[in-house]
Amino acid sequence: MNAYAKRLLWPVLILLALIAVNIVATGVDFIVPSVNDDGRLGGAFVNILRRSAPLLLIALGMTLVIATKGIDLSVGAVYAIGAAIACQTIIDAPDQTAGGLVLAAVALALAATAAIGAWNGVMVAHFGIQPIVATLVLMIAGRGIAQLVTGGQIPKVQDASPFTELGRGAFLTVPIPIWIAALVLTALALLTRRTALGMLLESVGGNPEASRLAGIRSRGITVLVYLVCGLCAGLAGLIGAANLGSADANNGGLWIELDAILAVVIGGTALLGGRFFLLGTAIGVVIIGTLEDTIINVGLSSQWQFTAKAVVVFAVALLQSPEFRGWVLRPLRRRPEAPAPAQAEEAAS
Amino acid sequence: MPDAAPVRMTGIVKDFTGVRALDGVDLALRPGEIHAVMGENGAGKSTLIKVLTGVHGHDAGEILLDGEPVRFSGPKAAQAAGISTVYQEVNLTENLSVAENLLAGREPRLGPFINFRAMRRRATELLDGIGVDLNVAAPLGAYSIAVQQLVAIARAVDIEAKVLILDEPTSSLDRDEVEVLLGVMRRLAADGTALVFISHFLDQVYAVADRMTVLRNGALVGEWATADLPQNALIGHMLGREAAALEQIERTAAAHHVADGEPLVEAVGLGRKGSIAPYDLTVRRGEVVGLAGLLGSGRTETARLIAGADRADSGSLRFAGRRVGGHNPRTAAARGIAFCPENRKTEGLVGDLTVAENMILAMQASRGWARSVPPARRDKLVAAFIDKLGIRPADPDMPVRNLSGGNQQKVLLARWMLVEPKLLILDEPTRGIDVGAKADIQRLVAELSADGMAVLFVSAELDEVTRLSDRIAVLRDRELIAVLEAEADLTSEHIVDTIVAGGREP
Repeated sequence: MNAYAKRLLWPVLILLALIAVNIVATGVDFIVPSVNDDGRLGGAFVNILRRSAPLLLIALGMTLVIATKGIDLSVGAVYAIGAAIACQTIIDAPDQTAGGLVLAAVALALAATAAIGAWNGVMVAHFGIQPIVATLVLMIAGRGIAQLVTGGQIPKVQDASPFTELGRGAFLTVPIPIWIAALVLTALALLTRRTALGMLLESVGGNPEASRLAGIRSRGITVLVYLVCGLCAGLAGLIGAANLGSADANNGGLWIELDAILAVVIGGTALLGGRFFLLGTAIGVVIIGTLEDTIINVGLSSQWQFTAKAVVVFAVALLQSPEFRGWVLRPLRRRPEAPAPAQAEEAAS
Repeated sequence: MPDAAPVRMTGIVKDFTGVRALDGVDLALRPGEIHAVMGENGAGKSTLIKVLTGVHGHDAGEILLDGEPVRFSGPKAAQAAGISTVYQEVNLTENLSVAENLLAGREPRLGPFINFRAMRRRATELLDGIGVDLNVAAPLGAYSIAVQQLVAIARAVDIEAKVLILDEPTSSLDRDEVEVLLGVMRRLAADGTALVFISHFLDQVYAVADRMTVLRNGALVGEWATADLPQNALIGHMLGREAAALEQIERTAAAHHVADGEPLVEAVGLGRKGSIAPYDLTVRRGEVVGLAGLLGSGRTETARLIAGADRADSGSLRFAGRRVGGHNPRTAAARGIAFCPENRKTEGLVGDLTVAENMILAMQASRGWARSVPPARRDKLVAAFIDKLGIRPADPDMPVRNLSGGNQQKVLLARWMLVEPKLLILDEPTRGIDVGAKADIQRLVAELSADGMAVLFVSAELDEVTRLSDRIAVLRDRELIAVLEAEADLTSEHIVDTIVAGGREP
């Protein structure tokens, strides 16, 4: 638990710092939720959370994939496929407002994206293709698949369709996307930490050979994780499409895989695999979301967005690097140099 | 009077934080001579080479190069002074051409450009010089490891090496390739280069070495001309006969009991090409079978086939009376075969995970991810084994990488004891761990076998194998050459004699 808290320390501090900057710039209203006229929660921070929900879903799936020493570049394309399948199914039907239709469309989209995720997993686990290559294939081909689904058009769902509630609605005053993100976070946390899945994942990612010799079914676990990642990406696509009321095969979820990887790294999960931190990833996502507002709130033009994001990522990466901390802190506390770790080398020879 | 030896090391001492790795070692290298540095794992061969080439500094003693005391700042400086090293792993780039690999950093140039034609010509000359004919424009990766090894040697020779150090150059080569490499070595020696040859293949050493320096536990045993040192004397020096004689007294007759139990493991003609020749081996219930032999003799490979860690490509294996098909670590564990591999860090433990997680891993793997071991049961089991095996610190939530070697080994043992296997395979369980932990583990093996578990025990230490085993399978040059019954008068000398005789009646 100690290690867990240590990993979360920097992300939490950075998030608090960002929030503090916003409060100074725009007042305490930034963080305090307001109640809109229609009885829903609003306010700057709630909106950030609502907007961040798709990214959070994708980043959670990505966290599990990265824990196995893998990576999934196809999530942006899978997002577009999920959105395309749901929207196209709905507009093809005579009555877009039918509840059964919307449920069927959602189920179809999720089943398809889960299957795509499983495909990635099989490529990686059974055929030994490097994750970055295996998922690059679908990163490129996936948008083509989404275009085929929509016939090259952008399907627009009627505002009256219950489907749009997934992105725009609220339950108990809280926006639906926040509910979904929170439920998925909770479900994945329970799935990985209440069962042995989390530990076996960390074992497979931390030392594949030792895991094999311990008799772990690492292939099945790897496929499962990619499947969950695809499912999360599909769900994110549904929320994004419901919010817009349309599915854009070319631009829906564009570059979201990179933001997701950033969020995972900010959250303290190493790209080398092994230990993973779902809550850290969630904080990373909120940092990225808050950052976008911060730039506007401190009076910079929106063109600063990308540069500012890069600076924050750079800062987090440096703060998490033991080498950098040692380098910065060395002048502060004079200590005798530790002896060189020559012994380990000797034992290995 | 000029010293005949261009390189002379005297009284070298090297300490690693409290452990003395080298204690007063001398080494003299003469032009035109192939000098073998011999010793078992941990004897200090690699450390000695690393001190010579400046990878490690030395704490006492002197290195003379042509009579001048030197202290190299690193391998580059040593190379500049004419001391080149070729390592076991080829340190070249597979996707560059042979010529580029040979001359990287010293390419013939035309102004800012590389003169490829001159480079290919120079590379061909170099390879001719050691009697090798290759297409120098082809990528290095197109050639076998043996040829890559030769290219590495040619590269080292081109740097005008006065001294060429070959550290286990033959361990991944087959018989014919070894012959070529040994031929190149003789040729270089004839040209006046001083060679250092490190190898655990005795036949090869005897085929080329003019002189031998033997180390044991970091200390110099002596230097001999090869002609004056018969093989059994060499093995005796490497293993330390006097130590073996001492252990003979300690041997407890109680540990040995006639195992007339039914056969648990029956391997017939089990083998894997390039790894271990087909062998027959039986392990009975309640029996400890030791695997003895020098480093590289095939001890580990023999054990790994039975463990399912490697796939056999010949022969058959029966376990508990049933034919074993589709053997892999998972099905092996399901049958009741547990395997603690030789290299704890890379093949055994998951460093990031805690002591408790590492212990529970095999049990959890057999249950699948969905059926988690209940936390209460897990905590109880983990606490029980931490207590039983005396694991320190007794903190189940400590990342296992922070533990000492002996405690790590105990965690690995606990992982498999938890699932109560029928057969426990231990590959070098006592290597590199402190004396206390070693004694604990030996005692544990005796206890487990007394309770009816079969144990297959691999160790480099002959006295340990002799003390613990009911029967000992002896290996040499990747072949199982004899199975000895551990009667009361069996000593490690018998094993040494068997290794020397190569399975023929000693």
